[in-house]
Amino acid sequence: MFQFIPKVFSGVQVRDLCRPLEFLHAKLVIHVFMDLTLRPGAQSCWNRKGPSPHCFHKAGMRDRTGKIIMQFSGRRKKVTLNQQHELYGHCLQFYCQPPLENISLTEFEGFAIDRLKLLKAVENLGVSYVKTTEQYKKKLHTEFSNLGFPHREEVDDLNSNKNLVGPTEYEKRRKDHISHFILRLAYCQTEDLRRWFIQQEMDLFRYRFSMLQSKYKTEFLHKNNLKYDTISADEKSNLKDQLINSSYAVSGTTVAEQDFYKVPFQDALDLVRTRKVFLKGGYAYIPHQDIVTIVLNDFRTRLSKALALTARSLPAVQSDERLQPLLNHLSHAYVGQDYSIQKNIGKVSLEQIDPLSGKSFPLCMRQLHKALRENHHLRHGGRMQYGLFLKGIGLTLDQALQFWRSEFIKGKVDADKFDKAYAYSIRHMFGKEGKRTDYTPYSCMKVILSNPPSQGDYHGCPFRHSDPELLKQKLQSYKLAPGGIMQILDLVKGMHYQLACQKYFELTHNIDDAGFSLNHPNQYFMESQKLLSGGREVKKEAEMPQRGQENTASNGPSVPPSRQHNTTQPLDDMGDLDSYFLDE
Amino acid sequence: MPTSDYDPACLPDLLPLYYRRLFPYSQYYRWLSYGGVSKNYFQNREFSFTLKDDIYVRYQSFSTQSELEKEMQKMNPYKIDIGAVYSHRPSQHNTVKSGTFQALEKELVFDIDMTDYDDVRSCCSAADICSKCWTLMTIAIRILDRALREDFGFQHLLWVYSGRRGVHCWVCDEAARKLSVAARSAVAEYLSLVKGGEETVKKVVLSEPIHPFISQSLIVVEHYFPQYAIVGQELLGSKASVDKVLSLLPEDILYELLNTYQTEKNPMKRWEQLRSAVHQKRATSKKGAQYFDKEIMLQYCYPRLDVNVSKGVNHLLKSPFSVHPKTGRISVPIDLKNLDKFDPFEVPTISLICEELDKPLAAAEEEEEEVKDKENETEPGERRKIRDYKQTSLAKYVKLFDQFLDAMARSRKGEILKKSDLQKEF
Ligand SMILES: [Zn+2]
Repeated sequence: MFQFIPKVFSGVQVRDLCRPLEFLHAKLVIHVFMDLTLRPGAQSCWNRKGPSPHCFHKAGMRDRTGKIIMQFSGRRKKVTLNQQHELYGHCLQFYCQPPLENISLTEFEGFAIDRLKLLKAVENLGVSYVKTTEQYKKKLHTEFSNLGFPHREEVDDLNSNKNLVGPTEYEKRRKDHISHFILRLAYCQTEDLRRWFIQQEMDLFRYRFSMLQSKYKTEFLHKNNLKYDTISADEKSNLKDQLINSSYAVSGTTVAEQDFYKVPFQDALDLVRTRKVFLKGGYAYIPHQDIVTIVLNDFRTRLSKALALTARSLPAVQSDERLQPLLNHLSHAYVGQDYSIQKNIGKVSLEQIDPLSGKSFPLCMRQLHKALRENHHLRHGGRMQYGLFLKGIGLTLDQALQFWRSEFIKGKVDADKFDKAYAYSIRHMFGKEGKRTDYTPYSCMKVILSNPPSQGDYHGCPFRHSDPELLKQKLQSYKLAPGGIMQILDLVKGMHYQLACQKYFELTHNIDDAGFSLNHPNQYFMESQKLLSGGREVKKEAEMPQRGQENTASNGPSVPPSRQHNTTQPLDDMGDLDSYFLDE
Repeated sequence: MPTSDYDPACLPDLLPLYYRRLFPYSQYYRWLSYGGVSKNYFQNREFSFTLKDDIYVRYQSFSTQSELEKEMQKMNPYKIDIGAVYSHRPSQHNTVKSGTFQALEKELVFDIDMTDYDDVRSCCSAADICSKCWTLMTIAIRILDRALREDFGFQHLLWVYSGRRGVHCWVCDEAARKLSVAARSAVAEYLSLVKGGEETVKKVVLSEPIHPFISQSLIVVEHYFPQYAIVGQELLGSKASVDKVLSLLPEDILYELLNTYQTEKNPMKRWEQLRSAVHQKRATSKKGAQYFDKEIMLQYCYPRLDVNVSKGVNHLLKSPFSVHPKTGRISVPIDLKNLDKFDPFEVPTISLICEELDKPLAAAEEEEEEVKDKENETEPGERRKIRDYKQTSLAKYVKLFDQFLDAMARSRKGEILKKSDLQKEF
């Protein structure tokens, strides 16, 4: 399982991790792995099992003032029982205290990667399953225990655990704690990363909190000093009907029995957004069973502040050539391939778009292309989703301008108006205007989860945002076999939108197994092109019987065999890290 | 009501007059300064102007009311948009270190546009509106206004006619102006019921239990629906329209009604039959949440929000008292006390009010006294302007705006008193 770890750090010469003190730049205030207290002239002695006992190498973080805010070192000091109990007395934590103990490099790596795997799993499961279902909880539980994270409320007596195999519950809690803080480092650096990290950590927290027994929930609130206002019995009986009608799980009897918390609606946005809470005068009335929402809100606020702080105290990371590759690769693992960097830029001609849209475009893009050709217009959401996709398949800025202009001026927009009102946003997509950020083509996740289409819109994911009946008709009109359509509709019903799309790929390309795990429209396009140009070996089901149904159903964590072979070869480019994390 | 025909070609000639003699600068400045409670609130506000030939100038900002006046009289914008309050003066956004220039606050805004109802209007399409479909805007205002006040606790809502085919709402409470992007989108989603784009037929699906917000909204919709939809839009008249409605029903009810409708042609009775078929099914079905009639009413009448406009802090929205270049109508505040009487076609055009400047209205004299009181406190130039707009049909809308601003000032005062009382207690 850990066989791939050296590859992760293949850009880092492990021996270089130790250097004499004078080598350090005075302004390099934050160091992970670096021993700031290293004696001048000490030589490297690192090995894969950790530093030699004679070396006082330490790794940690210091803030600008030189204060150690997190520290790891080769020599692991035993944490005292008291500390252990204080930090890890509860199976869930709010991560208020950064770890102050010492930790080996091996542990550092292992923890970071395990947590990343866990967060990836959280993300994948979140797309494939409804988060409240038993299935979701079961799958997540499996990931959780396989990766060695804590999931038990009770801790065995410390002295009686000697006979147990594997890490103790305390050790797992420690891993949860430390790994969270390591990923904060890797994920604090840009807004996108922070958003991703916060989202996954929140989902993880929600799951873990919801799994707690009631008495442990209360204990958790108490331990972390979380207090919320409750409403009086009078107010409760006055609002009884409204309270009952605002939540699925509240009934006449439970209103009387449970506490209702009254918080500003801003603190319960998830419940407000989905209209699962009663609102009055700017306050949300939250039944006790939904208290996770408020706790989660606190969790997010704190984490988001902490990440901003960490980012501010980490300016040196960018200039530290030892650290940068590691943190960058930890943090890049979440996006997969970056489809904005195109190798085949300029290789698609405008005349090819029509035939390509039928052959190699995923359904969402095919739908947008058709709508554009028919209406000579697309609204903002459609222009973004389709425009960035086209950029991703290799259209140049000039081609894109020509493409959009020629279509729009067939409609109600004249060339002058186009140049004034629309050209800007197309140049924007290519990073030529405004903030000059080069926009990345949207991933499936983004298409499915953000900015759902409304009146007049054609964007979004057809498997997610179409009426099943219309989807069926559309697939029929594309001459898909009835059996295949049924399979797709079943996947849609189970909310496996990406798998449905993958099935569509298989059906339209006439193969049994796509052999990749679809997560990006541009990936769909590339795989299709590879297949159609004969550049990819087609894998028929018969050739790989080991790929079971289970693997497909969990959406994603599947890597084509060709890549799996690679794991034994050195990687010159660490961009492939993502594939490791998809592999289980 | 005198109707002065508006000709877009005259706009360049009318705008200077409008901005010199009629635009209510002092109220406008009073609004956007919000009592001067936070520093630079007006100064850091973004304005953007659309000039002749669609030339779009963003990031305008002004340090004083008179600077704003001078600039507007110089540029004579065809359209004015209001953006966010930024961390720095928007006019200097290029000189600020990148990344530090950020949108901090803005009113929570809603934009409801009649074009979003094209699939459920038979009277008009696209940018056209008529008094029939305007009912949709009335419904939208009633539903959203109630929810924003009662559910979300906001008090200072300025409803404005967009000048053409829709309405805007500016929620100006301090709490609203400070909302995060996530909170804005949560509010907008709470208020959105009609979901799905061109690939979705059934856009409203209700589930048990019916949330109090939906029940309240249904009361409004049910009040207008028969007259508006069944009579006005002839929802159950033509075959095409009937088919569209029936496609929102499950198959068994659909066939039952197709049968009944062969003999029953009266639209109102058809609607009654539809409702009773749905109710019957609900009574006999074991499945909960069979609210097909309610879903139809909501799909046809429930307000359709442009969520993206409400979500962004830095999103621009057309300013009140800006002119609509196509219709010439002024974006005026809407009086909710007389909402059902609001007629977009009676909203004054720029040509009308400019004309009125030359022939005084009788009404202006009645209020002379009030003007005198104010004159004591205002500058001579200001006084002339007050006299000017008082002569025109714009007067009653400026008065509405004044009332809105007074209410805000009162509650600000209340807040301050409350705070000082609190301090006394300690
Ligand atoms: Zn109409």
